[in-house]
Amino acid sequence: MGNTSSMLTQYDIEEVQEHCNHTFSQQEIVSLYQRFCQLDRSGGGFISADEFLSVPEFAVNPLSQRLLKVVDGLNFKEFVKFLSAFSSRASLQQKIEFIFKIYDSDHNGKVTFNDMLDVLRDLTGQFISEQQREQVLTHVLEESGYTKDSSLTISDFMKTLGNSALKMEVEVPVD
Amino acid sequence: MSVPGKLKPSCSELDLDRPNLEDYLPSGASIQQEPDGNLRLRDLLDISPSLTEAAGAIIDDSFTRCFKSNPPEPWNWNVYLFPLWCFGVVIRYFILFPARVLVLTIGWIIFLSAFIPVHFLLKGHDKLRKNLERCLVELICSFFVASWTGVVKYHGPRPSMRPKQVFVANHTSMIDFIILEQMTAFAVIMQKHPGWVGLLQKTILESVGCIWFNRSEAKDREIVAKKLRDHVVGPDNNPLLIFPEGTCVNNHYTVMFKKGAFELGCSVCPVAIKYNKIFVDAFWNSRKQSFTMHLLQLMTSWAVVCDVWYLEPENIKPGETAIEFAERIRDIISVRAGLKKVPWDGYLKYSRPSPKHRERKQQSFAESMLRRLDEK
Repeated sequence: MGNTSSMLTQYDIEEVQEHCNHTFSQQEIVSLYQRFCQLDRSGGGFISADEFLSVPEFAVNPLSQRLLKVVDGLNFKEFVKFLSAFSSRASLQQKIEFIFKIYDSDHNGKVTFNDMLDVLRDLTGQFISEQQREQVLTHVLEESGYTKDSSLTISDFMKTLGNSALKMEVEVPVD
Repeated sequence: MSVPGKLKPSCSELDLDRPNLEDYLPSGASIQQEPDGNLRLRDLLDISPSLTEAAGAIIDDSFTRCFKSNPPEPWNWNVYLFPLWCFGVVIRYFILFPARVLVLTIGWIIFLSAFIPVHFLLKGHDKLRKNLERCLVELICSFFVASWTGVVKYHGPRPSMRPKQVFVANHTSMIDFIILEQMTAFAVIMQKHPGWVGLLQKTILESVGCIWFNRSEAKDREIVAKKLRDHVVGPDNNPLLIFPEGTCVNNHYTVMFKKGAFELGCSVCPVAIKYNKIFVDAFWNSRKQSFTMHLLQLMTSWAVVCDVWYLEPENIKPGETAIEFAERIRDIISVRAGLKKVPWDGYLKYSRPSPKHRERKQQSFAESMLRRLDEK
């Protein structure tokens, strides 16, 4: 009886493991593959934005639109790579780099005031006025020794988030 | 949305009898852990709670789990069992299946040759015609059940015909309806189907008082709501059966009940249906299979084994809202049939969740942020 997991050979799994720096075990990759096939309704080998949004728990996430820009059209290898930041085996640095990438919308290695404002807007929606948002952001930036005009690099992120207890782990169900 | 929401013109179509997600979800999503103290840059930059939630939903989510087919464990797993299993395949496909097709054909011939004359010749005798048609529909349903060797155990008293009561059951497949119908001619509320099922709905099942609607049409919903109210008061009408989940779930979970059935002002009789997965998965995954394929799958398996419990009628308690009442009934059914409850609306299969739910998350984040800013 063919089930989906048998379609991945050991070579495939090892290749995927290589690609995600061994943050997932072989078992976990098999599980993720089953999940990938389940989400890939059209069977095209990639998951479209629409297919991601069919998961209501994802669709109601305030950051879902922002994340969609990253995850739209992922194939399986990229899918695992994307999720690898949430593995318990991923280093703190990997996790912070992931967060940084979410902020850095134009991929130039710098997070500007506007980038941060955009994310904050996603998180707070219409419940805070634009002006208030800017005030809050300016305030906390200045408190940490930055100004409104400074742009943050990955090392700034490391400094800011590096010593906090970052809880960013998701367990992959294995049967 | 507490008053007869179906008549409110302002709501968009699907909102009409959709329960509020907020009424069901525990208010504490993981974003709202309340760390106190000053708001610092770190707190704003750290978007990990939201990201973790999103990734968690991508890896596994309680909604998709409800609609996943879980095929029975194959038992051809070793060399000794394999020949036996092959032998079984031959019997199932080449002996059982043709025999069942024959049974079903005979059933249809008997049914049609009786139904057509009754339907057209007895135009003047409404009462007699109704009774005969009721018996015939029960008969054809029995033939259907026989065609998958349905081994159905009914527990509890058989439903009787009386006004002011409505039966609600959990929904796994259209065969739920056939299984219940072979015992009692229920009038059922169902989605309009295309193809031969639709034809049956329009011609035969309408005679037992079934009501059809199109899930996505607002106008249909108003008409259905009115028909429902009219139906339950008629003393001669067949008992009403509603599947309040509004969609087929895989018999491991229950999704939210639509409140329509619970605000008719009559007693609600819960019916719990649990399928035994030993031979076949009775879940109809309508995305993947047509109903014909689903029936063929059932007809080529050894048997469909299931338990049906007719539970005690419940009435709305004073001060209870329709939603609370629906949840109470859902509890009763879930416990009896051993199903897990999830806080999702089954219609999300067809549409996206309303932005209200996201706004709720944004609001709590905004509030907690401002509170911590003020705290110094």
